[in-house]
Amino acid sequence: MIRVETMNKKQKKNLIRIIITSVILVGLHFVPAKGLVRFGLYLIPYLIIGYDILIKAFKGIKNRQAFDESLLMAIATIGAIALALYSSGDYVEAIAVMLFYQVGEWFQSYAVGRSRKSISDLMDIAPDYANIEGEDGELEEVDPDDVEIGTVIVVKPGEKVPIDGVVVEGHSSLDTAALTGESLPRDVVEGSEVISGCINLNGLIKVRTTKEFGESTASKVLELIEDAGSRKSKSENFITKFARVYTPIVVYAAIGLAIVPPLVSMAFGLNANWGSWIYRALTFLIVSCPCALVISIPLSFFAGLGAASKKGVLVKGSNYMETLSNTRTVVFDKTGTLTKGSFTVTAVHPEELDEEELLHMAAHVERYSSHPIAQSLRDAYAHEKDDCSVENIEEVAGHGIKATINGKTVCVGNSKMMESIGADWKPCHHVGTIIHVAIDGRYEGHIVISDVPKEGSKEAIASLKKNGIRQTVMLTGDSKEVADHVGSELGLDIIKSQLLPQDKVSEVERMLDDRDSEKEILAFVGDGINDAPVLSRADIGIAMGGLGSDAAIEAADVVLMDDDPRKIVTAIRISRKCLRIVKENIWFAIGVKVLVLILGALGFANMWAAIFADVGVTVIAVINAIRCMKI
Amino acid sequence: MKKSYKIEVDCANCANKMEEAAKKTAGVADASVNFMALKMKVEFEEGADVDKVMKDVLANCKKVEDDCEIFL
Repeated sequence: MIRVETMNKKQKKNLIRIIITSVILVGLHFVPAKGLVRFGLYLIPYLIIGYDILIKAFKGIKNRQAFDESLLMAIATIGAIALALYSSGDYVEAIAVMLFYQVGEWFQSYAVGRSRKSISDLMDIAPDYANIEGEDGELEEVDPDDVEIGTVIVVKPGEKVPIDGVVVEGHSSLDTAALTGESLPRDVVEGSEVISGCINLNGLIKVRTTKEFGESTASKVLELIEDAGSRKSKSENFITKFARVYTPIVVYAAIGLAIVPPLVSMAFGLNANWGSWIYRALTFLIVSCPCALVISIPLSFFAGLGAASKKGVLVKGSNYMETLSNTRTVVFDKTGTLTKGSFTVTAVHPEELDEEELLHMAAHVERYSSHPIAQSLRDAYAHEKDDCSVENIEEVAGHGIKATINGKTVCVGNSKMMESIGADWKPCHHVGTIIHVAIDGRYEGHIVISDVPKEGSKEAIASLKKNGIRQTVMLTGDSKEVADHVGSELGLDIIKSQLLPQDKVSEVERMLDDRDSEKEILAFVGDGINDAPVLSRADIGIAMGGLGSDAAIEAADVVLMDDDPRKIVTAIRISRKCLRIVKENIWFAIGVKVLVLILGALGFANMWAAIFADVGVTVIAVINAIRCMKI
Repeated sequence: MKKSYKIEVDCANCANKMEEAAKKTAGVADASVNFMALKMKVEFEEGADVDKVMKDVLANCKKVEDDCEIFL
């Protein structure tokens, strides 16, 4: 809705001018003045609404800008007034042209200002200060730019984390929504990494900074979004070029229209009808402004990029928005992209003990190990720190670990370990890493540990297919067995396993060569750190940003801030909607303008139609462009 | 060398005209105006005097669009 308090000074002033002019115009309708008095009376609203345009037109002449918008508008209206003075005395048309032109400009300026504002609110993640605790324990607010690496800053509840760092004291929940679009708060305790831009919800935390303000996530993300509009899309370049030739062509056509037909008529001895042809030429000048087109395209992309950021998807430029909308093939990395990239206990197969007990023993043996497998076993058995006695822990390289628990010797390891102690181990039909357990030399069963798919992976693949993606591919360095298992569970079309990083590049290159047309875009989705070469080789690289991983933000064209593969579908849908709106605007604006030009040349379209082709089209195109913001 | 400047301009087409004008200025290797973010990115030629070049850029922009500003 339009609200006065959201307008800037210039907008307020122009709105007042528009209102005054309209009132005077209506009032003059009831004044029965004739001749020069009438002309003088009508000149008042004309000058009120048009004085700035006339001044700019004059400057345009001075600077030799023949196709200056203001100059053309001034010529059109002064011409119309002259015609009216000469013949009909109907000045309303000329003044209305100026009035509606100003209405159009005003509306455009207001709409653009509002969308700038709403997008910067959306990205309101840059904190303006950091709290530093002084020697007397008082908190001091300082410019985050002045905070050096390693400084301890205090973040109070309700404040934004200004700089990336590690929590050294306190615990709290952080709202990461502005960065990731994720609405669930993230809990942080001593030792947790925190990134700037998150909002501290409840507890007071002290953070030791690990980066400078300018290098922190919030600053980087903001910079990225602001720069995104600078990488222009093909549609934007097309419109810029179009605008550059459109105005001169229409202006020359107007000159031709004003001169040629009357001269030809005269040559044939007919009435030259100058007035009517000049009038038609003036309608041309009004339609010659390319504003509707030029404004609606960057506005659409800006709104689209904003909508995507709101969902936690950073698209690095309008050009990538365009590419993304034509995605036909999506190639995934496996570990960290489709799967969690960490080990989880997926099955427990005891011989005689119950499952809990088997996990219990295994977790104890792994008590002090930092190996990821040990971590996953401890995670699976929540009460590991009980009062059982755990002694003589001994790591057997390449085999596993053994320890004495409550007086019994427990061995936890692979099949080699079982063989070396003479336990009769059994193979498992499950895919993953198999951990065997033996107690006092007797085989007690095994635990299966594997990397599990992310929650959204299956849904992501399914909805990609529903959204017209022809092929989904998974590339992985993992074994064929594991890859096929995960791939078929998730429903991927093609699965390639046991690839080295350089093999991934050549696989993607082969796919790029084999496709029917360059327009069938191939997107690669990776977790950013080791996939950098493939990310840059694909038409579009989508990285799992993993809350602020620098490598990912650098290498990719699109960054998913919360690592959720479902966001790929969101990104593609936003890009498609945005591109559809851009196309609608291009065709609609050019179509209406050309139509009015043709009708104008034939004498069927008057100045009112020309005003619609200019202002009306601008307003409609801008409103349409703003739709990109809503998903 | 690249630098980014805040700008003030009212219409998108004028922003494009400013971009053109900036590109044509001596000492500027490339320029790009982002109308929505109201920013101008200028890449200077090797050894160019940035302050002087930017003054010329502003003057050239004023010629094509009187109602514009670059915050130097």
